[in-house]
Amino acid sequence: MKEAMDHLIIVPIVLPLISGALMLLLEERRRSLKAGIGIATTVILLVVSLVLLQQADEIAPGTGLRTYQLGNWPAPFGIVLVLDRLAALMLVLTSVLGVATLLYALARWHRAGPRFHTIFQIQLMGLNGAFLTGDLFNLFVFFEVLLAASYGLVLHGDGKARVRAGLAYIAINLTASLLFLIGASLAYGVTGTLNMADLASRVPGLAPGDGSLLAAAAAILGTAFLMKAGTWPLNFWLPTTYAAAAAPAAAMFAIMSKLGVYVILRLWSLVFGPGAGPLAGFGADWLLIGGMLTIVFGMIGVLASQSLPRLAGCSVLVSSGTLVAAIGLGNGSVIGSALFYLVSSTLGIAALFLLVELVERLRDPGADVLAVTMEVYGDSDEELEAEIGVAIPATVALLGGSFIACALLLAGLPPLSGFVAKFGMMAAMLKTNGGAVPTSAWALIALLTVSGLATLIAMTRSGITSFWARMSDSVPRVRIIEMAPVVALLLLALGLTIGGGPAMRYMESTAQALQAPQGYMTGVLSPPRGDDGPAETRP
Amino acid sequence: MMELIFALAVGVLTASGVWLLLRPRTFQVIIGLSLLSYAVNLFIFGMGRLRIGAPPVLENVEAVDPALYADPLPQALVLTAIVISFAMTALFLVVLLASRGLTGTDHVDGREDAR
Repeated sequence: MKEAMDHLIIVPIVLPLISGALMLLLEERRRSLKAGIGIATTVILLVVSLVLLQQADEIAPGTGLRTYQLGNWPAPFGIVLVLDRLAALMLVLTSVLGVATLLYALARWHRAGPRFHTIFQIQLMGLNGAFLTGDLFNLFVFFEVLLAASYGLVLHGDGKARVRAGLAYIAINLTASLLFLIGASLAYGVTGTLNMADLASRVPGLAPGDGSLLAAAAAILGTAFLMKAGTWPLNFWLPTTYAAAAAPAAAMFAIMSKLGVYVILRLWSLVFGPGAGPLAGFGADWLLIGGMLTIVFGMIGVLASQSLPRLAGCSVLVSSGTLVAAIGLGNGSVIGSALFYLVSSTLGIAALFLLVELVERLRDPGADVLAVTMEVYGDSDEELEAEIGVAIPATVALLGGSFIACALLLAGLPPLSGFVAKFGMMAAMLKTNGGAVPTSAWALIALLTVSGLATLIAMTRSGITSFWARMSDSVPRVRIIEMAPVVALLLLALGLTIGGGPAMRYMESTAQALQAPQGYMTGVLSPPRGDDGPAETRP
Repeated sequence: MMELIFALAVGVLTASGVWLLLRPRTFQVIIGLSLLSYAVNLFIFGMGRLRIGAPPVLENVEAVDPALYADPLPQALVLTAIVISFAMTALFLVVLLASRGLTGTDHVDGREDAR
């Protein structure tokens, strides 16, 4: 039983691969069977990742982590999967979104194009692999796996807008992948290793000339990841693509841009941590300024959005920018709350993408542009006839309630978890042990507040035009299977608030482990040799 | 000399690739991406140091001098990178054709510039 548990780490990668491949063999017509397999896989993934989360939480910070050596080759030579608190957290988040979006897609979207279920599973596999891998080149491979699947998901459902957005999306991601390769191979050329822990342990001993080469490699790698995360000025593709994608695909993409943030957090705290000698803290200012500019850009985008999908796309930018800036601040206790923010904003954005598609059914095409134009020219009051006593149908009430919850979550207002996260970040920034609060922290606090306000204004405006000033009186048909995932995601966010204590404690210890990269290095490079792996398979 | 030619080749491929990538026609973009991926593959290969006549595979496992052998890892990485970029280019080609069919133009924006 113990040995079986050791192999649990690789399940999040192998299981979706197998089920995705299996569904490729099934005919396109056997949709309910495929749906069954898909749901079963995602639910098992959720259970497995919860078990892994619990296992990761049992590890004391700084003493090591769980590794899985593929082929039983020891770490710097073989490929290794690493499970620590951060990876486990991201796994759980991925599988939660996986279950929710797949359930949503079963209502209608999975019929919109061929091989949806296979692509979806491969996307999950790529995400899980990227979160688990401890090796730079495997990170590239898993990135490509998830990108290949995401190209399929962007184009899912077809149509002119999707193909046009997909074209730009694929081109920009291929370029980012090439940058990734240049950075990874440059890092290999300098340090002679691709294992992230090994690479980090070699940084302090680098020759001065090699140090600047490694900095160049890190900058190129960072550019590739910032492109994925959607940092300004590398993010003009993001709102268009996310708005054009089908709702379940866009909701999955909410975690994809967080993958860029995750990699930056992982690599940056590992390689340029306090022990990195002259390179310690390399690029922190770039992350901070880039993140803050992204918040500004996303904020303007949110305010200027004339359609709900675009508004959701721009909130992805605000969330990414907040996270990148918080990482760049380089303050351990801020990171803890930032992780909390990561979880809560990902849940909120995914719920919003799913919800937007349902809300869009309320309105006639073109109503958005009309609504904004009406505001500008001020002739909206003429149609205000006696609408007193019009009953709001239950469906619309539920949609509206969820919309309000999304707005509260994204703007960071109580009682949902967005408030806890933002409050935590601000409190951590202001706590300086007697010293003065740096200007950058003040600027970030101001931006966090203003971006919350902007989100609230934009969401309120869209909410009014969608729910109160409806142009058509027909009640849209929304199936329970579509509404349930949205409500579930929002309830999870509520649960994060109620269980805020334990959740915050987990995030804090994750941040602590990230601040002490030595634990990661020793954990990967010299894992405790126990009674596990059969030693005779090694040559 | 070999290093100079190699560096020039990578540089010329990258420069042409970037220029083509920024052109407005989808066909130019895909050729640019291909050229860039060749440049990147050569670059990865170069990161394993350029050696002539050194085999990458150890022949007998007993004490050998690693200095006599080329680094096999970048070669393995290049193989992976070639396969992946080849597949991605093929996929991009399909999207390109779909875009051409749907919009009736090969401009990257899906519509011609207003002139």
